[in-house]
Amino acid sequence: MRQIYSILVNNHPGVLSHVAGLFTRRGYNIESIAAGPTEDSEVTRISIVAFGEPHELEQIAKQLRKLYDVRDVQQVPYNRSVTRELLLATILAGPEKRGEVFQLATAFGANVVSISDESVTLEASGNDQKIRTLLKSFERYGIAQVARTGMIALPYTGMPSDWEPLA
Amino acid sequence: MSTRAKRPIPIKSSKISGAEIIYRSLEREGVKYIFGHPGAILLTLLDLFLKRSQIRHILTRHEQCAAHMAEGYARASGTVGVCLVTSGPGATNLITGITDAYMDSIPIVCLTGQVSTAMVGNDAFQEADIVGMTRTVTKHSYLVKKTDDLPRVLQEAFYIARTGRPGPVLVDLPKDVILGEAAFEVPEEPDIRGYKPTTRGHPRQIERVAAAIAEAKQPILYVGGGAIHAEAHAELLKLAETADIPVTFTLLGAGSFPSAHELSLGMLGMHGTAYANYAVCECDLLLAVGARFDDRVTGKVSEFATRAKVVHIDIDPTAIGKNKQADIPVVGDARLVLHELNKLVKAQKRPLWRKRVEKLKADFPLLFDSQSSPIKPQEAILTLSQEAGDRAIITTEVGQHQMWAAQYYNFTFPRQFISSGGLGTMGFGFPAAIGAALARPEKLAIDIAGDGSFQMVMQELATAMQYGVPVKVFLLNNYSLGMVRQWQDLFMDRRFSEVGLEVSPDYVELRPAIRKMIETPGPFILDVVVDPDELVFPMVPAGAATKDMIVRDDRKRALSGKLSALPDN
Repeated sequence: MRQIYSILVNNHPGVLSHVAGLFTRRGYNIESIAAGPTEDSEVTRISIVAFGEPHELEQIAKQLRKLYDVRDVQQVPYNRSVTRELLLATILAGPEKRGEVFQLATAFGANVVSISDESVTLEASGNDQKIRTLLKSFERYGIAQVARTGMIALPYTGMPSDWEPLA
Repeated sequence: MSTRAKRPIPIKSSKISGAEIIYRSLEREGVKYIFGHPGAILLTLLDLFLKRSQIRHILTRHEQCAAHMAEGYARASGTVGVCLVTSGPGATNLITGITDAYMDSIPIVCLTGQVSTAMVGNDAFQEADIVGMTRTVTKHSYLVKKTDDLPRVLQEAFYIARTGRPGPVLVDLPKDVILGEAAFEVPEEPDIRGYKPTTRGHPRQIERVAAAIAEAKQPILYVGGGAIHAEAHAELLKLAETADIPVTFTLLGAGSFPSAHELSLGMLGMHGTAYANYAVCECDLLLAVGARFDDRVTGKVSEFATRAKVVHIDIDPTAIGKNKQADIPVVGDARLVLHELNKLVKAQKRPLWRKRVEKLKADFPLLFDSQSSPIKPQEAILTLSQEAGDRAIITTEVGQHQMWAAQYYNFTFPRQFISSGGLGTMGFGFPAAIGAALARPEKLAIDIAGDGSFQMVMQELATAMQYGVPVKVFLLNNYSLGMVRQWQDLFMDRRFSEVGLEVSPDYVELRPAIRKMIETPGPFILDVVVDPDELVFPMVPAGAATKDMIVRDDRKRALSGKLSALPDN
């Protein structure tokens, strides 16, 4: 089972390593981790995606709540949350292929952020399904390098405006 | 932090030094003893111990023992133990003691010196990242960066150590923070966002527990160290007697329920009594109170108490469902939960179940062959128990002697038995006995020791002599690391490798010697030379189910049968 944890922590030095260290110490696997400031300057939100058995996932949340610097832990159900990650990808495409690549990029709502003689670098955001599909679509051109932020998430409040059926 | 906003703006003239803030904070927390080893960083703080007498500093001979003494003090008194050491090696030497306290939920506050904030991170002389190193073995570790933060941090440290599931808290004190000045102002109670332990059990859950007790035919109370931390012994006794429930305890739970009570089954687990283990196998309701289903208790956990509905009362939500799923979880303080439960539980008698338990006791008693030479360790502990009785607070090291102490000493009150459970730290008992002797001067602190463990910490004899601490060492000397030797005996075809501690024997006659030890003022070592071939039974081989325990000393069977395979751990 897959679980997204949205964790509000005190914006203190060392907190990210403390949270990540808990996963290592207890033998839980992190699929992705992302951290950034929130509306409150004293508070950082860490988003972690982890896999595990249901009782393990519950244990992770309880262990996280015990950490001094953790203020709140939300276990965000995957199908009742909005999830996004940011992707940067350099696609191998010379001038003759650029048109195709631009067209495909537009279909995914991706932006072109840099162009060279051999490649096009794209920026895209979306849920992980969209990012996966995008990468698969560009595979045939060759992908030189990829950077992903890892998933961030918030629970839906009311009806989602961009509801997408999930796999 | 929200607490900072509540405090009034400090007035410059009322500023005092960091060292003074530390001393006053300790006074405010009611600290009487501090166990430590000095270093240059602590000079201004140490100076205060010369000028003032409110707090007594006990100079240990090794920092690890400072932590164990603080633990012994905390375990015997029920208050927070404190140790103070310098940076670098002073701090790293504490780690075993801190981990021990973490595993057994013992409230201690460890103050460590640190190099100046400007030098932190630069590999300065005697610098160690103690906060980073202790993160996974403390409830919280603080690095104080400003003297202004000291009053709040120290108040929080004590609060965190003693509340919720108790445990160690470390406060790292850079030199410039100790030398700096700030106002000493703290709120009445600390207000820590995200730290609000649940103490009162959910009423609906407690009702469900009461209903389960009323329905149960064969209930067992399984009691751990949490019952002692929570001072739940009186409520426990009331519950057991009212609802006629036999009680078994863990190593750390010893003393929570009188060993000789007719409802007592003694200790359960790897070296628990056979009747306790069998009774747990047969029970239909297992009431876990402040216990955590440790592998030394459950053996193969999938085969532990399989017929039972499980009630788990614990202050730490992570303890519940970690090793064994609970049918009725109750998060809360053991004493408060049992108090509420006792209001709902009606008196009942269970003659059939009691009869069955009595039969188990009669069929599988604790056994050893009594003989005078070499002295049997079990005999030695029984004699000690008869002579010292409830005058004594017993500490132990780790190994065979520890198990025999738990099996054969007759414990009558909580905090009478102080032992290293979760971490299994050899060398714990002697410094812990020094701490316990200072905490409870009206009692007689006796360390039931093994020769292997005692040799790890015997430099603290100097500490005991220097301060005249009347601590007794009851040394069960088998010239070997007995527990490892036992595993080699059972699982390695008696190939005894690296377990021999050959020194010359010095026989004494047991009972008069014990009397002399008890009557002699001041520190005393009684060297009891015992049979090295004596093994601890019953024994559940690691990873085996408790029903498959080796009940008696039948080594041939053990070696030829399925138990000759080396267990997992």
